[in-house]
Parts: sequence; structure tokens; C-alpha cells
Amino acid sequence: MKQLFLILILALILPAPALAEQVVAGLSRDEIAITTNFDGSEILIFGAVRREAPIPRSGPLEVIITVEGPDRPVTVRRKDRRFGIWINTDAAEVDEAPTFYAVSTTAPLRDVLSDTNDLRHRISIRRAIRAVGSGVSDQPSFTRALIRIREENGLYQLNEGAVNLRDDTLFDTSVRLPANLVEGSYRTRIFLTRNRQIIAAYDTVIAVRKVGLERLIYNLAHERPLIYGILSLVIAIAAGWLASAVFRYIRA
Amino acid sequence: MQIYLPIAEVSVNAFLLLGLGGLVGVLSGMFGVGGGFLMTPLLFFIGIPPAVAVATEANQIVASSFSGVLAHLKRKTVDLKMGTVLLIGGLVGAAAGVQVFAILTALGQVDLLVRLCYVVFLGLIGGLMFIESLRAIRRARAAGDAPVPRRKHRGWIHALPFKMRFRTSGLYISVIPPLLVGLLVGVLAAIMGVGGGFIMVPAMIYLLGMPTKVVVGTSLFQIIFVTGFATLLHATTNYTVDMVLAVLLLVGGVIGAQIGTRIGVKMKAEQLRILLAIMVLAVCGRLALDLLLEPAELYSLGSGGSH
Repeated sequence: MKQLFLILILALILPAPALAEQVVAGLSRDEIAITTNFDGSEILIFGAVRREAPIPRSGPLEVIITVEGPDRPVTVRRKDRRFGIWINTDAAEVDEAPTFYAVSTTAPLRDVLSDTNDLRHRISIRRAIRAVGSGVSDQPSFTRALIRIREENGLYQLNEGAVNLRDDTLFDTSVRLPANLVEGSYRTRIFLTRNRQIIAAYDTVIAVRKVGLERLIYNLAHERPLIYGILSLVIAIAAGWLASAVFRYIRA
Repeated sequence: MQIYLPIAEVSVNAFLLLGLGGLVGVLSGMFGVGGGFLMTPLLFFIGIPPAVAVATEANQIVASSFSGVLAHLKRKTVDLKMGTVLLIGGLVGAAAGVQVFAILTALGQVDLLVRLCYVVFLGLIGGLMFIESLRAIRRARAAGDAPVPRRKHRGWIHALPFKMRFRTSGLYISVIPPLLVGLLVGVLAAIMGVGGGFIMVPAMIYLLGMPTKVVVGTSLFQIIFVTGFATLLHATTNYTVDMVLAVLLLVGGVIGAQIGTRIGVKMKAEQLRILLAIMVLAVCGRLALDLLLEPAELYSLGSGGSH
């Protein structure tokens, strides 16, 4: 399935002569487990450019790597002063925003990618968010706020120059994933560009999921909330009783 | 050691949580209060979503009050009949509170509601306690001619219908005032994640005229059932009870409470109360500043899908 998808993408987006250069890539891990002591993770993305012809001389080769978490709708709220206190007054819906998005490049993004290509492949952070008018007059400022807040939390990253490219052939970068990741498939895309035009692309997926105790608790809480509620009461009472028993034992 | 909380979906230092639990435990042991009204705002400050903080704190209160209730039941200092009447009011109040909570979560105003409730109640109680304990200290200095505090006039309460006899408390009063007190406490438990002892105990003594020796046991009896019910409702409507968070806070809290009790007996009651009042006012001030000052970030994100 993945292979079929890849072939399809290659067939669709690549102009015929560009097949002269292809991406071969790998990831340090294709699955990330959120465990009890999960504190973020780092993935290493590396690869090479395969050629059947000498290196073309038309402009330098650049690499763009994106990692994208599952899309979710988001409500962005804005505070305003009412009756002397700051309260949420306006809200705007963003129909689809990736819960995580990182763009890493070999050089400043605007130097390596044309606007048309950006628009078509939704590569820059601004393009990755889909906000169709939701009736708010200044939707752009809400979308900008979404990007700003997520950038501060390390959820949206623009790492210009973070991709190392050696001899126009080998490239690698590492992407830092923060602790508050949403479960799901993280799509990883690699683009090769020359003269701001995409000449090759590669697509793969990293699975991020809660495992072990984390998974058990989360699933129970959402699928059997009543049992979970009763269980958390029982566990809390038992833990409290145990802690005081241990304390009494130590003092005795 | 960082620990990932499965429901709050944030990564927090486990020792910070144990420490917070311990600190509030020491205070609650020293002052003989539940500590929920201090713990919930502290959880906001370290970045736990308010909805999770409130629901989890309700869970923690059940557990930390449990051994207390057992002790009071053994000593027969629980007015079960009065407790049941308070409880009926409390269950209705908690159910209403959780619904209000869910509606305001959808509207994006739940933060504001919780913070406002805290500012109002902490300000009121801290202020009253501060004035009261200042007076007590002055009275102790003046020595001797302290006026005997007179019971409040309770005429209007005796005029209400649906009277019931409460043998353990030695009362024959209408069930309406205890039902209303229970209702208020239930709403507070659901919205603020507090036991509500700080409202119920004075109400029982001054409003209902219950004897002091059954007041604490009876209020604890009502609190564990109401907060337990609030926990279940939060778990089923808002999915915001974090088991891991509750257990960590609890373990710290139980140990802290034991230490606090020992510190408490060495200090004078008025000094203790004035300390507690200052602390309550400080937390209240911090929460009020957040509401009054222009925030650095005017925008906030919520999960979408309301349309």
C-alpha cells in the first residue's frame, strides 16, 4: 500500500526529466512509544540522492524535510477586557491544523522553494494550516496566533539550515518531538529542489502511540468512563490508606 | 524524573507533584483544612489544564478524607441523618455543577468561571479569617474582659416547614437549610474541586446550630460522597480525571499531613489562623492579577469541533 502510494506520488508530481535524481531515505525509528516517562523524543532522518546521470549543473541541490502530526480542528480564542477583567470574547475555528509540524531545510525556505510549489504541496507552516472563513472578520490574526503559540511550545518548528547535505548526495537532520505529542501517524516528507522547483519527493510515516500503562489508562478513561471513575476512586483510597499505613509503620 | 500524565497529556516532574502534595499536606495537617482550595490553584500554576485539575482534585479529596471519616464513625461523632440530608443537597448540586462545567468548557469560559470562583471565595474567606484572627490576638492581649460570643438569632430558620428531628445533633429543624447548604457545597465541589468544608463547617455551627463535636465528622461524611460523585460525573462527562496525577498528589499529601499535624500542635491557634489567612490571600491575589493584568498572550487554543 505504502509502495503503491509512493509510486503514485512519484508518477503524479514528478516531471519526467526529474527522475534523473531520486531520494533514498531512512529514519532512526519508525515508531515512537509514549510511555510513562516520555519526555519528548528525537528522530534522525537521513538519506541519499540516487542518480543515473552526472550531477546537473542547473543551480544547487537543496533538501526540505517535513514531519507532520495528525490534523485536528482547533478553536482559537481571543481575550478582551470586559468589566475590568480579561475574558475570552472572540473565537475562530481553524478547520484543520497539524498537531505537530516541523520543516527543516538546507537554506532559508524562500530561497529553496517557490510559492507555487509551496501552495501545491503545503510545505511551509502557513500553508499546512487550513482555515476556511468561519465568519470572523480578522481570521488571519487568529491563524497567526495559532502558529505563534504552537511555535512557542515547540509544536511548530521552522529549522532553516538544519539539514546537512554532503557532496550533493548524503543528507541528514534530526527533529525534536516535544512531550505533548498527539497519537497518530506522523507523515514525513522529503523534497529535493533545484532553482526553487521540486525535482523529487519521498513520503513515509512514523507511528506515534501510547503504550503500556499510558495506553491502558487513556483507553479505559474514554471507552469505559464509569469503570475508570470507580477505579480511580478505589485506587486513590487504597494509595492514601497505604501511604498512611507505611508512615505509621516507619514511626512505630 | 519526568512523568507523562495520560489524561492531562502533559509531562511533569514527578517529584514536583509529590512535593506539591506534601506541601499542601503539611498545611492541611497544620490548619486542619482539606487543602483542595490551595492545591487546585497550584496545579493551574504548574500548567495542568484547569478542567483536569478540578476533576482530579475531587478524586484526591475522597481519598484523603476517607481515613478521617472512618475515625469519626468509630468515635460516633457523625450525625448520619443530618449527613444524609446534606448529601442529598450535595448530589443535586454536584450534578448541576458538572453540567455547568461541561457547557462552559464548550463555550471556552470554564477557565474564567473556575478562576473567578476562586478569587471570590478565597478573597472572602481569607479576609474574614484575617480580621477574625487579628481580633482574637488583640482580645488575648487585652485579657480578661473578652465578651462571650453570642449565638446568632435563628428565628427565621425555625419558622420554615418540613421539620425533622436529628437525634445525634439534638436538633429539631426544617430540612430546607441543610439541603441548601449541601447544594451550595455540591456545586463548589464540582466547579472548584474543593471539599467545601470551609463553607460547610461555619454554616453548620452558626446557621444550623449543630454541636461542634459532630460538625467535622458529619461534614467529612458528606464531602467524601459528594466529591466521589463529582469525580464519577467528571470522569463520565468531561473525561478529565487523571488517575496518575491523583495518586502522586495523594501520596505526597498523606505524608505531608502527618508532618503538618505535628507542627500544628506546637503553634498557637491564632498564629496558625493568621498564617493560613495570609496564604489564602496570597493565592487569591495571584489569581486576581491573572484576571486583571493584560495577559502576554491574548490568544488561547482549545480543541475544535464545536460546529
